[in-house]
Amino acid sequence: MAKTWHEWEKPLLDLEEGIQKLRDLVPKAPPDKAAQLEKQIEEFEKKRDTFLRVKYGRLGPWERTLVARADNRPYTLDYVRAIVTDWVELHGDRRYGDDKAMIAGLGKIDGISCVIVGQQKGRDLKQRQFRNFGMAKPEGYRKAIRMFEMADRFGLPVISFIDTPAADPGVDSESRGISEAIAAGMSSLFGVGVPTIAVIIGEGGSGGAIGIGACNRVLMLENSIYSVIPPEGCAAILWREPTAGDKAASALKLTAQHALDLGLIDEIIPESFGGAHRNPAETAKNVEEAVVRHLRELMVYDRDTLRTDRYAKFRAMGVFTADEAFTL
Amino acid sequence: MQVKSDAFLRCSKCRKVLFSKEFERNLRVCGSCGHHHRISADERIRITFDEGTFQELDRGLRSCDPLEFPDYREKLEKGAKATGRHDSVIRGTAMIEGRPVSAAVADFAFMGGSMGSVAGEKIARTIELAIERRIPAVIFTATGGARMQEGLLSLMQMAKTAAACRKASDEGVPFVCVFTDPTMAGVLASYASLADVILAEPGALVGFAGARVSAQAGVGRVPDNFQTSEYNFEHGMIDAVVQRKDLRSTLARVVDHLSANL
Repeated sequence: MAKTWHEWEKPLLDLEEGIQKLRDLVPKAPPDKAAQLEKQIEEFEKKRDTFLRVKYGRLGPWERTLVARADNRPYTLDYVRAIVTDWVELHGDRRYGDDKAMIAGLGKIDGISCVIVGQQKGRDLKQRQFRNFGMAKPEGYRKAIRMFEMADRFGLPVISFIDTPAADPGVDSESRGISEAIAAGMSSLFGVGVPTIAVIIGEGGSGGAIGIGACNRVLMLENSIYSVIPPEGCAAILWREPTAGDKAASALKLTAQHALDLGLIDEIIPESFGGAHRNPAETAKNVEEAVVRHLRELMVYDRDTLRTDRYAKFRAMGVFTADEAFTL
Repeated sequence: MQVKSDAFLRCSKCRKVLFSKEFERNLRVCGSCGHHHRISADERIRITFDEGTFQELDRGLRSCDPLEFPDYREKLEKGAKATGRHDSVIRGTAMIEGRPVSAAVADFAFMGGSMGSVAGEKIARTIELAIERRIPAVIFTATGGARMQEGLLSLMQMAKTAAACRKASDEGVPFVCVFTDPTMAGVLASYASLADVILAEPGALVGFAGARVSAQAGVGRVPDNFQTSEYNFEHGMIDAVVQRKDLRSTLARVVDHLSANL
């Protein structure tokens, strides 16, 4: 079992690196040699495409977990840059501080002014630490709540980008009431009379995700995951072996398809061939199309309908039987 | 709690040997160190509400293992054997010092009091009944958090119960929550933290990330009383830490005040 996305995609990455090296040789080579190189490149590219098709054609829950966590996968601000115009980032929860793991701001999507929030991960080690690995603290959720309330005041739709392994579990967070902050995030989202849309773009990590995810519409990218607990945590608790992440990922049914089958999300947004990281622009276009479509659908409703619709949606979630002649 | 014989047992916290009868009379609080040992939901109902007033509802709701999660059915059966119920939350109506309430009590002995579809549904119904009848909702938590065996469905119970709490708030219907040992993770991060008034038993484990998950995430040294009722009280997350013997009267007073204008 591969533990990281790098390990899992290594043959592919090697192939791509080789292709790039050949490409670099082309301009320096004499014409006849260059033609030969071009042919070689073409062959390798064909090989890569077949490899991609096979590898990405049958992604299991664990492989999707790895892809959802890939360190070159587009993050929240990448989508903001790609689909949002007139962007103004806003900071701070007005109570304690500004959480870099949770971004927030105002921007237009397809000409519609929106409030946008989302967890932000970092790409290199320094950025990752700066963004706390996309794990928001109470001030992050309270910043989001401030945004939800502002959106409600000024009739702006809310778009929530979800990409977090979990809310921050450290002592800081606990001392400032991370649980209350997450609960209050949901409560705030259930109160607003504006359209709300959540898009899970990478990891939908349990409470950390639902704290900004209780929206009128919930969309998931094809290779994103949405789970009550990280598979490693599940394995650590159930079997006391944190390395059994693959087994737990299967048992937890954390893929977009499973979530859709259970009726817990509204739509799966397709990613570019071979994952969102291979063509971020194309994936962003798909995200934009889906968000705008749902936004336009929701914008015809009045405040009360949006609230009742949201209540009914989450109220209906749960699978159980009512055994009136119980035997116990 | 280790049973030595019928007449004696040993406190698992301070290791002192206690008289069984006295221990029961103390509502399962150690007379020596004051540790509040866990009690069953039925026992909680007995010591909290006016005698004979608790009317159970939805006793027939049960999980049907929607994810076909490994060993889940066995765990459900084990929980049923331990508690005589189909799931971790018992709900119904009751009176407390003559005031009607919509009540729910979790039993830790049923799969660690975890919240799956059934527990979430019962909590939502508890709050909705309170709204319908305009009476306070009173909920006792005892839980490790969301139930992993129902995957994303369990996560959605957080949203579902939070939605119900929001509705109660908007409708001006009070909700009082009592944290007992333990009150963790998905339950603490949803309806439990949305109560108008939060009481907690002394020494209860109250926190967001469980020890094994924290270790996974590399959380280092923690304060001595980390994730206890007292720690949460110090940080403004709990209204009062109340001894078990005083809980009924405190709860009755809170319910009485909050019912004044219903």
